[in-house]
Amino acid sequence: MTKKLEENFFKILMILSTSAILFSLVLIIVTILIKGLPVLSVEMLTKVPQGGYYFGKGGGILNAIVGSLYLSTGATFLAFLIALPVSLFMNIYLIKKKRLLNIIRYLLDLLWGVPSIVYGAFGFTIMIYLGIRTSLLAGIITVTLFIIPIMIRAMDEVFKTVPLGLIEASFSLGSTKSETAFKVFLKQVIPSVVTAVLLSFGRAIGDAASILFTTGYTDHIPTSLLEPTATLPLAVFFQLSSPIPEVQNRAYASALVLIIIILIISILSRIFANRNKLKKLNIKTAINKRFVYYKNIRQNYIQYRKNKR
Amino acid sequence: MKETESKIKINNLNVFHGNHHTLKNINIKVPKQKITVVLGSSGCGKTTLLKCLNRLTDLYDNIKVTGKIIINKEDILHSKRDITEIRREMGLLSQMPYPLPMNIYNNIVYGLRISGRKNKKFLNKRVEYYLKQANLWEDVKDRLKEPASSLSLGQQQRLCLARGLTVDPDIILADEPTSALDPVSSNAIEERFLKLKQYYTIVLVTHTLRQAKRLADYVVFMYLGELVEQGPADEFFNNPKMDRTKAYLKGTSN
Repeated sequence: MTKKLEENFFKILMILSTSAILFSLVLIIVTILIKGLPVLSVEMLTKVPQGGYYFGKGGGILNAIVGSLYLSTGATFLAFLIALPVSLFMNIYLIKKKRLLNIIRYLLDLLWGVPSIVYGAFGFTIMIYLGIRTSLLAGIITVTLFIIPIMIRAMDEVFKTVPLGLIEASFSLGSTKSETAFKVFLKQVIPSVVTAVLLSFGRAIGDAASILFTTGYTDHIPTSLLEPTATLPLAVFFQLSSPIPEVQNRAYASALVLIIIILIISILSRIFANRNKLKKLNIKTAINKRFVYYKNIRQNYIQYRKNKR
Repeated sequence: MKETESKIKINNLNVFHGNHHTLKNINIKVPKQKITVVLGSSGCGKTTLLKCLNRLTDLYDNIKVTGKIIINKEDILHSKRDITEIRREMGLLSQMPYPLPMNIYNNIVYGLRISGRKNKKFLNKRVEYYLKQANLWEDVKDRLKEPASSLSLGQQQRLCLARGLTVDPDIILADEPTSALDPVSSNAIEERFLKLKQYYTIVLVTHTLRQAKRLADYVVFMYLGELVEQGPADEFFNNPKMDRTKAYLKGTSN
């Protein structure tokens, strides 16, 4: 009786929490759609703000869309240049030093958990140190720092799952560590590297706090790295703080654009992740392997019983 | 069996995993161009012994290896030569086949390419030669460009055998190579071993006694990290000296 009560209690708890999450997700999306969709127009996507845009006049947020793409692409590229070698190094050269690896992973997780506003403040001090103004470059540097731990850990989590047997096989063919890393290991994990990059890109484009002090805000599309630039998260922020309802709705439209970009990115990364699973791990053969393994054990056992008799 | 030259001499080999003494004072002389079977139940250190032979123990944390392993008059545990060179002298066949993440052709030529052989014609010839050696050529000759993971498990294991042969080793190390395979594929692998032993020295780790009986020329029996008995196969199976061996031979099957 109590067993059943317990069972039901947790079942209800699970249903409640699941629906709470779904409900809030739907609520957010619906709110943004209701407020943003009516004002979302071609003009908004293809034009930079005209004079008086922030008082409800014509123009669009092309500057923010392009700025955000510039910023995240630059940062993702820079972070990739650092994250890939680091995670390869961790999983091939340091594979022996389990304890050191654990410490590194722990520190990276700590960095991952640091609020992005802290990165923003840190980026600001770097900016002052280097003597550059608020600019695309300063933003890229800050966001790079912010997503490096995310990218390293995302790659590392998958690199960890590469069977030691494959690495042993490569070594026993006489390959050096770097040959193992680049000719064997990397080939095995490339789809998940793509996934990690896209994931970090999604984080980079959505973050507002880290670029608040560092990129500034303008009405035109930047033409050099040293110019300040608008970004989508800040476009949302500035438009929403306007007292004019029309401009506030434009903030929702900008948020909608941001969500659509992130949605595209995450769908892409899903596609790559699934391709990875189906192609490289080959689920079918994995199941087959297990099956044959148990069959063998069973046969051995039957044989053993026969012999005993 | 008549006396033959020994290929690998293991002297006073001790292995520690942290505080655990995994291999205790192992002394083995592995005869040249024969199949030496290392027998024993799980966890007795068979695999560790094999990994010492091509120094894959380097990959693990917390392992200490002492003693000598002499191959071609050289102590490989304390050699100043590059470790990759030493590893190239032996092929490894592991419990599960691990094909490299590339197509069948490239799996075979990988070892050749990294040692600097680039000539296309030469590579094509070698691929055919080694796949025939591993008895796989007929299965795959029309699909060399397909990914190696598309092969069946038994075929993958034969592919790994062929791949191991490409670097022209003297020694083949095999760690329970048939334990994950179906009986037909196992037979194929066993048959290959019997053919290959005229060119190679084979060290085979297994826990199936029947397989040991079919293949072994020389047997090493281990129990909990200790070497219990070693000797030529017929002597070992028909006239074991140690009580432990007798119990083992009786206990598993006839």
